[in-house]
Order: sequence, then C-alpha cells, then structure tokens
Amino acid sequence: MTAREVTVIGCRGAAPGRASGPAVVSSDAICFYLVDPPTGTVIESGHAIEGRVIAGSVLVCPGGKGSSVVQADGLYQLAKAGTAPAAVVVAEFDTVLVASAVVVGVPLVRCAPEDFERIRDGDVLDVDSDREVVTIR
Amino acid sequence: MKLTDRDREMLDGVDGEGVALAMQVLVAIGRAFDAEQMGDISRAHVALSNQDADIWFAERLVAGGAVCRIPPTVNPGFCLEFFRHLPGLTPEDMESMERTEAAYRALGAQLTYNCTPYLQGNVPRFGEVTAYSESSATPYMNSVYGARTNRESAQSALCAAVTGRVPIYGLLLDENRKGQVHVHVEPTLTDEFDYHLLGYAVPRKASLQTAFIPVFTGVPANVSPEALMNLGAELNTGGNVPMYHIVGVTPEAPTLEAAFYDEPPGDPVVITADDLAEEQQMLSAEGGAIDFALLGCPHLSLDQLRAIADRIGGRQFKVEFWVMTSFYAKELANRMGIAEVIEKAGGHLVPDTCIDQVVWKHLAGKRGVTDSLKGAYYTQRRDMGFVLRSVGDCVEAAIKGAAS
Repeated sequence: MTAREVTVIGCRGAAPGRASGPAVVSSDAICFYLVDPPTGTVIESGHAIEGRVIAGSVLVCPGGKGSSVVQADGLYQLAKAGTAPAAVVVAEFDTVLVASAVVVGVPLVRCAPEDFERIRDGDVLDVDSDREVVTIR
Repeated sequence: MKLTDRDREMLDGVDGEGVALAMQVLVAIGRAFDAEQMGDISRAHVALSNQDADIWFAERLVAGGAVCRIPPTVNPGFCLEFFRHLPGLTPEDMESMERTEAAYRALGAQLTYNCTPYLQGNVPRFGEVTAYSESSATPYMNSVYGARTNRESAQSALCAAVTGRVPIYGLLLDENRKGQVHVHVEPTLTDEFDYHLLGYAVPRKASLQTAFIPVFTGVPANVSPEALMNLGAELNTGGNVPMYHIVGVTPEAPTLEAAFYDEPPGDPVVITADDLAEEQQMLSAEGGAIDFALLGCPHLSLDQLRAIADRIGGRQFKVEFWVMTSFYAKELANRMGIAEVIEKAGGHLVPDTCIDQVVWKHLAGKRGVTDSLKGAYYTQRRDMGFVLRSVGDCVEAAIKGAAS
C-alpha cells in the first residue's frame, strides 16, 4: 500500500479493457484524424490541446467529434503506429466514438459530470472498463 | 439488453465469425447507451472511405463469411475507371481501392459510391428505422424525411447492414427527437453556400460541442434539397448534430411548440448576416490567385451541375476545375448536354469520388477554391489551402484564375 491518496470513481464502460497512464485533459472534444500518427501529437489548429502528445496517455475529454469515417481511421492509424492513447475517458458517449473504440480496441469509459471534473491534467489514472472504475492516483 | 434468440445465435457464431463480430460491436454499443433491445432496420448507408481502417474492418467481416442482410448503399472512395489512366497514381494507390471494392462486393453492398443516397437510390419513408453513416446523410434522414437513424460510424452502420439489426436507443426513440436549442436565422438566405456557413456557425455560436438538436426559425419554406444537404453536412462537421428541425419545413416541426414537445424553447441563439460573414472569413484562405477549383463535398446534384454550365456562358477555365458528383447525376448531365458544356470549358466531371482521397495528391501544397467548409476541414491533413466561395463564385474564380 502506498501512502498517497487515491480516489476511486465509478464509470460506464463502452469499449472493454484495462489500462493506465497519465491524464491529458482537453476541454475540447477529440477528432483522432487530426492527431499525427508517427508522434501522437494533436495537430488540429486551435484545439485546446494542440501540440500535446496523447500517445500512451489516458485522454480525458468531453467527447468525440468528426465525421462517421475519420474518427475510426484516425484511431486505427494511431493504434497501428503505437501512438494511441492507452484509454479514453469522456463525459458523453457518441456512437461514432464508441464504435471506433470498440473496433480498434481502445478502452473507453464515461464518467458522471461531477467525477469527470475531478480529474486533473497529469493525474495518473487506472481505467478499468470491465469493472467500471477509474482510479485517480 | 434483451436479445432475441436469433440475436444470440448471431452473437454466438451460428451464422459465422463475420456476423458474430458485427453483433459484438452492436451489443457493445447497445450496452454503452443502455439500449433495452435490438430492432430491425429497413435500410443502411455505409460511409465507405478506402482508408486503412475501412479496408481492415471490411476484410475482417469478409474473412468471417459475412454478407449483408440489408444491402447498404456506400460512400465513394475514388473511381478506378476514371483515374486509372491519369498520371501520378502509384500501383499501391490503385490497389487500396481495388481491395475496398472487392471487400464491399463480397459483402453484397450496393456499389453506388455516392455520399448523397438520400437524394436518390436510398430514400426512406417517414418513420423507417435505418442505420446511416456519413455526416450529411444522418441529419438529412432524421430531419428532412423523419426517418430514424443514430449518428452511425462507418463500422457500426456496416455491422447493422450485416445483421439487419440495431440497438434501439437515441434518435430511434420518440423522446430523444425533441428540439433542444432554438436558432433564429435573421438574414434571408438565398444561396446554397449560405447554408454551408450557417451549419458551421451554429455549433460555434451555441457553444455546443456535444450532440444537440437545433430548431430553426427564419429559414424559407422553399429551401432547396441542396441547401439542406449543405446545412446537415456542416452542422455535423462543425459540431455533432445528427438531427435538426426547421419550423414549417421538416415533418416533425409543424410549429415551434411541436418541435420542443410543448416545453418552453428558451432564448433563441440568433444568427446574423455578420455571423455568416465572420465564419467565412475565419475559415477561408484569403482571396487572390488560385491553382484549382474542387467542388462536390457533398456530391453536387444535377441542378447544381446545370447551374455551373449556365454560369460558364461559353468561357474557358484558366485553372483545373474538378466537380465530384454521383454516377446518376453524371449520366443525366451526359444525356442533357450539361457535361459537354463543362468539359468544353476545360472542366472535369468526376463520378464516384470523394475529396478526401489520394487521387487529389497532385493538388497538395497548392491553393484552391471550394464551396465546402467540410471539404476544407478534412483536407487539412492533405496540405490543400482553400478559399471558400459559393459555387457560382468558384466558377468565376476558375475562369479568372483568382478568387475575389
């Protein structure tokens, strides 16, 4: 047991799996097509986390955006290049994001708004979509 | 979620691994959205894209022996026949589209390669339960026809086509089709291009990134199908809008009160002429010399092709002029002499092709003009700079070699 304070919050699982990583928190919804596959850097002009690397992180954002096609291909290209986020935590599900995460195999969960707000950039998160819990370290 | 015996058989692999995979994806989606059950669909449209994830997933289904129970219409990749003899494409470029075509043929899809199936070829009745992916198609189905579809991804729509089933949640249920944000449009919109701007401006002005259903007032009752096509495409690109109502125009909004299910609509978001001008200025490259024009995201209709031919008025294009359209519209344009007018001026009518495809790589690093904000947004990765103008102004720009 560590002495550090940990917080466990409930969540709703969509795409199954478990993963851990540092939280990258975005106030903008994500379109994975506008993330650079070789580096995992957000390249969308004007985006809240433009220039940040999401590879291996737990991406925390309000939800997904972008057309029915590009979200899946964007995430697939990141996964193929090894630069996908380890897991994604959102405040709201949309069908395109859920289907993309399920098909590509990136754990995806949704937290209630009050819990979502508690996650800070740089927190280390353990996301367990199967047990439907997120642990903040 | 309650599954029927038949759903469970599909999930357990009785119909093969491909059908089982499709059912697994649908069940995961259903659980995420607390769907109580699955239901039958009568139609589907798949946003085929010829991108790696598309080929990878379609080939997985084919390898598992899947064939679509509901043969879907499909979006364009690029037209093999048209581009095969043009310079610049590598054998690898051609091979990806050949693989895409082979996979979708094996799945039994209708190889329509057109992103406006709602204008012809896959048109529903009011109330039909369907699965449509493609950002301009989902809002058109829900809003203009009153058919029902969630904002499907290419993959979830393909899974629905394979199984003939969708989880019942979201816009398939009455209670979720209620208007949420009243949007009043102040200026009288005349050009279809105004609806590109309107669609992009609304999510920004309403400060909404998550899904919402706007209810428009101030849109003329005689609004054209092309204007509604543009409106939906941009609402669903600039934001996440799978459905809208227009009071007095769309079937589920005979009145403002009806669109809001008799709840108070709240203060309207007002869109002014300045908002639209600002949207154009913000997203468009500056006017000046251009190297090409690229129109047809979404595919231009026969009426729009005719307007281009009329506008040309016997003049010649100074720069490359490309128009993407459906094979239906191209065939009619051929028969009616419209294609000849555009081609005589030096323009090209390209069937079965999307703006976000490798066939346009020769335009990378160049400056073009287009009417589509959506097209300009998704080609950021392809390094194409776009001046945004109406179709008519794009024709003028291509004739002069410069955008006003």
